[in-house]
Amino acid sequence: MAPPRLYKTEAIVLRQRRLGEADRIVILYTPAYGKLEAKAKGVRKTTSRMSGHLQPLTRSMVQLAQGRASDVVAGCQTVESFQALRDDLDRLARGLYAAELVDRLTPERSPGLPTYRLLLETLRRLERADDVDLALRYFEMRLLEQSGFRPELERCLSCQSPMQPQQNFFSPLSGGVICPGCASGAAGSRPLSLNGLKVLRLLQRGPYNEVARVKLPFDLAQEVERHLRSYIVCVLERDVNSAAFIERLRREGPSTGSGQGLVQPVEV
Amino acid sequence: MNEPSLSTAAPVVRLIEEFYKLPGIGPKSAQRLAYYLLRMPASEAQALAAAILEVKEKITFCSICQNVTEVDPCRVCSSGQRDRTVICVVEEPLDILAIERTHAYRGLYHVLHGAISPMDGIGPEDLKIEELLQRLRSNEVREVIVASNPNLEGEATAMYLGRLLRPLGLKVTRLARGLPMGGDLEYADDVTLTRALEGRQEMEG
Repeated sequence: MAPPRLYKTEAIVLRQRRLGEADRIVILYTPAYGKLEAKAKGVRKTTSRMSGHLQPLTRSMVQLAQGRASDVVAGCQTVESFQALRDDLDRLARGLYAAELVDRLTPERSPGLPTYRLLLETLRRLERADDVDLALRYFEMRLLEQSGFRPELERCLSCQSPMQPQQNFFSPLSGGVICPGCASGAAGSRPLSLNGLKVLRLLQRGPYNEVARVKLPFDLAQEVERHLRSYIVCVLERDVNSAAFIERLRREGPSTGSGQGLVQPVEV
Repeated sequence: MNEPSLSTAAPVVRLIEEFYKLPGIGPKSAQRLAYYLLRMPASEAQALAAAILEVKEKITFCSICQNVTEVDPCRVCSSGQRDRTVICVVEEPLDILAIERTHAYRGLYHVLHGAISPMDGIGPEDLKIEELLQRLRSNEVREVIVASNPNLEGEATAMYLGRLLRPLGLKVTRLARGLPMGGDLEYADDVTLTRALEGRQEMEG
């Protein structure tokens, strides 16, 4: 559906990039029009009335004017700013990862109500979840499915026989599971433990509140993350940039005051 | 860029193409600049060329604060007038100019040359953070003021630095966020307004 010349829509800001002296291009995700790019003029000046409403990971009501090359943001108003996400570096890093995945996996101007809902719910979950990584895995699985890349987890992609309760294999190239008998013929397939398969199936079947009840041991969480990541990299044919930062934060250990922002009252 | 017409001399085309690479310069501006240079006296054109070469030859990064400088260490780092117990961490050299204009800060600086932007693949290892840690290890710094931009990348950078620096037993502060001079309360976003309320100050006198 072609939008009218001046139109209003709810949007989640996925990312921004600089343009010229004081402008930015914002990449928005909207329920009705899917992903779209718009020019935001003058938002790099301190007196800009819009810049605060167009920061990445902000849910805003935006008014857009159709331009020749790209649409122009005519006005905007924050609806939800996900403050708890912004104040915690670990949560923020995962929010950015989610936004990057939506940006990379979705086509421009293609209606995306389910993906919009998924992203919104995920950002809210990332604000509160005890296990932010599990929330992110659930998001990955759902987004893959919505984008038409639902991984096969029931039958061997090579011989079609149902999976047996044993160690099997996951092949990112084929997009799903492979039984031990066929694994030698599937390039790039990696061992998938029985528990790993169970967790992947749980993520695929949902719903989230059932997933959120699970406590994953570190090794299992790592295994599931590795399989899903390798599949995503295979689908995108490139790395997900934000993953490196999450990895680094994990390596450097949790912060001393996790859950607190940097700003604390200071005596002058 | 459009195909240059056959009637344009090759050196002029090359000059136009060089200008076109500069920020904020479109094809028309590039043409205008190139033809302006053509009509310029040879001495002025040479002065311009010499200035460009000189910048590239003489300007380096200060080995202490990473700011651009012609003498190493830079004038701020080697000055006896500055408070050496405070370091203000900024994203870009231009931010130092902005802070210096206020005449309200007498401490030292540190330029990160960017901000953490995970989506663009810019991580802590791409910034001058290791150099900052070196400085903090060796001298008498008591406070680090994080003056990264008040946007998502700047906030991420500030939080990351906070994590890194707090265990060192320093005072780590962040520039206050609030309403800009000449701004409008009704247009302020929630985050700014919340912070402005949190950081409100008692009126004096």
